[in-house]
Amino acid sequence: MSKELSFDRAANQMIELAHKKNYEIVWDRLKEQQPQCGFGQLGVCCRNCVMGPCRIDPYGEGPQKGVCGAEADTIVARNLVRMIAAGAAAHSDHGRRPAMLLKEVAEGKNTHYEIKDEGKLKEVAKRLGIDVKDKDKFQIAKEVADVALNDYGKQDSKPIRFLEGYAAKKLKEKWLKIEESLYQNTGKIFGVLPRNIDREIVDIMHRTHIGVDNHPLSIIMQGIRASLGDGWGGSLIATECQDILFGTPKVHAVYANLGVLKKDRVNLVIHGHEPVLSEQIVAAAQDPELIEYAKSKGAKGINIAGMCCTGNEILMRHNVPVAGNELHQELAVITGAVEAMVVDVQCIFPALANLSKCFHTKFISTSDQALFPGAMHVQFEEDNAEEVARRIVKIAIDNFENRDESKVNIPEENKEALVGFSVEQILSALGGNVTPLVEAIKQGKIKGVVGIVGCNNPKVKQDYYHVNLAKELIKRDILVIGTGCWAIALAKAGLLSVDAAKEAGEGLKSVCEALNIPPFLHMGSCVDCSRILVLAAGLADYLDVDISDLPLFGSAPEWMTEKAVSIGTYFVASGVPVHLWPVPPVLGGKEVVKILTQTAKEVFGGFFVIEENIQKTVDIMENHILEKRKSLGI
Amino acid sequence: MKELFVNFDKCLGCLSCEIACRVEHSLTKNIFTSIFESKPPRKRVFVQFYQNKNIPLQCRNCDDSPCIKVCPTGAMHKDERNVTICDEEKCIGCFMCVLACPFGVISADRKKVIKCDRCPDRETPACVEACPTKALTFEEVKEFSAEKRELAASKVI
Repeated sequence: MSKELSFDRAANQMIELAHKKNYEIVWDRLKEQQPQCGFGQLGVCCRNCVMGPCRIDPYGEGPQKGVCGAEADTIVARNLVRMIAAGAAAHSDHGRRPAMLLKEVAEGKNTHYEIKDEGKLKEVAKRLGIDVKDKDKFQIAKEVADVALNDYGKQDSKPIRFLEGYAAKKLKEKWLKIEESLYQNTGKIFGVLPRNIDREIVDIMHRTHIGVDNHPLSIIMQGIRASLGDGWGGSLIATECQDILFGTPKVHAVYANLGVLKKDRVNLVIHGHEPVLSEQIVAAAQDPELIEYAKSKGAKGINIAGMCCTGNEILMRHNVPVAGNELHQELAVITGAVEAMVVDVQCIFPALANLSKCFHTKFISTSDQALFPGAMHVQFEEDNAEEVARRIVKIAIDNFENRDESKVNIPEENKEALVGFSVEQILSALGGNVTPLVEAIKQGKIKGVVGIVGCNNPKVKQDYYHVNLAKELIKRDILVIGTGCWAIALAKAGLLSVDAAKEAGEGLKSVCEALNIPPFLHMGSCVDCSRILVLAAGLADYLDVDISDLPLFGSAPEWMTEKAVSIGTYFVASGVPVHLWPVPPVLGGKEVVKILTQTAKEVFGGFFVIEENIQKTVDIMENHILEKRKSLGI
Repeated sequence: MKELFVNFDKCLGCLSCEIACRVEHSLTKNIFTSIFESKPPRKRVFVQFYQNKNIPLQCRNCDDSPCIKVCPTGAMHKDERNVTICDEEKCIGCFMCVLACPFGVISADRKKVIKCDRCPDRETPACVEACPTKALTFEEVKEFSAEKRELAASKVI
């Protein structure tokens, strides 16, 4: 591998510029932190109480127990599920907003938003067992919102209704059997099915407090339960309510990479995660009054570009370009052409505040949950959405004249990408139902499906794994779907095109050419990983099998966040094995590693695999897929 | 010639030096794989806790080393860098060097001696590179003393 830090040419160009001009970027800070703490990397550092902080010597010579007596597996397990708690909290909190908003719109209390997709609303209602006959959309919306909000707060022990309505039949049966058999074998109640999205996260925080849960299996099971409350709960609620409010994504083309920033326009980059904000900014930027205002300041117009998941949300539903994925956030500012970077929550580097000061760029925070030292705060409220969005766009326009032309360096890189593959669109491309996909899989034209998701991580060459893992998979007739920063990586690489199928194996190539789809399907943002679950459940129910019987595999080959731990866990718990790179902080707990790799396979069908080498990873995935095909008799 | 120095005030007791030493002296030189090696790598530097203070201790690379003087087989010797190291092949595990070392920084792996070798494969010893507060440094005596004089001078003012 070359010394370049990114697989993306535009990124390398900007990194070189940053180093020349001495702008501090994420790669520099990573270098400063080396070598990182070994105890942390192995997961054997515990800071949960002040008898500590404690560490276990992974080499067996120093202390093998914390002060309370916790051994390595307890410490590693507690740390891991606290990561799940944080990740599930991020996704589920994200889902709470559109659910609340749907209720407010339904009750006529908020007119800044509307129900765009009545068809989707009815589908969601049906899934939840809500009768739609003789009810107007506002009535249905209120009932759907109430079910969603109740899943966040109910105190009974029944599983959340979204999971009941969406999870595959045999999967739900398996989870119940697991609960029963664990109770039979151990005499302790183990819960797998989430009762309440918020509660399962609270339960983790309680359990991992000093002197509560100390058994690694018990701790990890609760982590699993909370992650299911995310995947089939919070994230799913986010996706579905967002589709209802903003429209279910349809297939269309957008542009991707830093080249979408325009020299002659007011550039506003929206970064973060919540479309309740980004949708409003996109709408405000289309206001003829504001466009005129921009022109009066010497710009040809207003150019909105997305970054990270909020970028994914708006590109899935509009013709808004995406400037980059996670490691591009600083690089966008360094182009010198960004009038405003507007952020809400998650994955936003606080370093952007200082970096923006080197340019005219206004770094604007908007969320009551996310304040960044040095940022300018413009409080966003759903009640006042349109006005705040316009104010933000106007701040960007007013900043245009402050641009220093001598500092402008926009890379040319800018590729067209076919996006918008919601489950509904995939089924539509297939002709209306899953049958053609199932047939293609049965005939072996498509051997199986791999979902690639997740972040960037400066510990690995940016986008290198995302692109090369995907390219290798399609050669073996494996369809690749995915979300998040992976999807943006492929968009930037120009691979989200029907043309890309030319590099695929003959079987997959023929399917893509027949259906006019790329061999890589962009399914949305990170909460839209729920779309992958829904698709898997659809296939499983169609074939009357469990999701763990299907020829599927998942990967987060450049993961970084706690959200990724939650996503990986909910896929594993739903029967899909998940490959990870870099190494998660669990190797210090041998029993924990066994639970995640072996026990999980025996009990859930899904399991974790840690592997650095791309060829080996694809071999593992293909072997699993072929094994599943054999068991299904295809 | 560079020596290994310690700024005791800066030591936080994080033990990053001990882990880095082990990883450097493992077969695979990778934290994740080193914990699975059949012979767990041993540390050659120590963080002693004494009267509520963290005291990193390591081989001082003495000239006319007591450990070399008492070694009956010549296993303990100075290499081409003038660093005191122990030749495992010649070592008979009599541990006279352990008795002789005034700092207690020579240890044993079964019947062979293990001691700091100033990381012959690196420009800067692993422990020094790993220290997050730069409590450990690898520099010439005159550089270290100059820094100390600077500090002393500032205290006079």
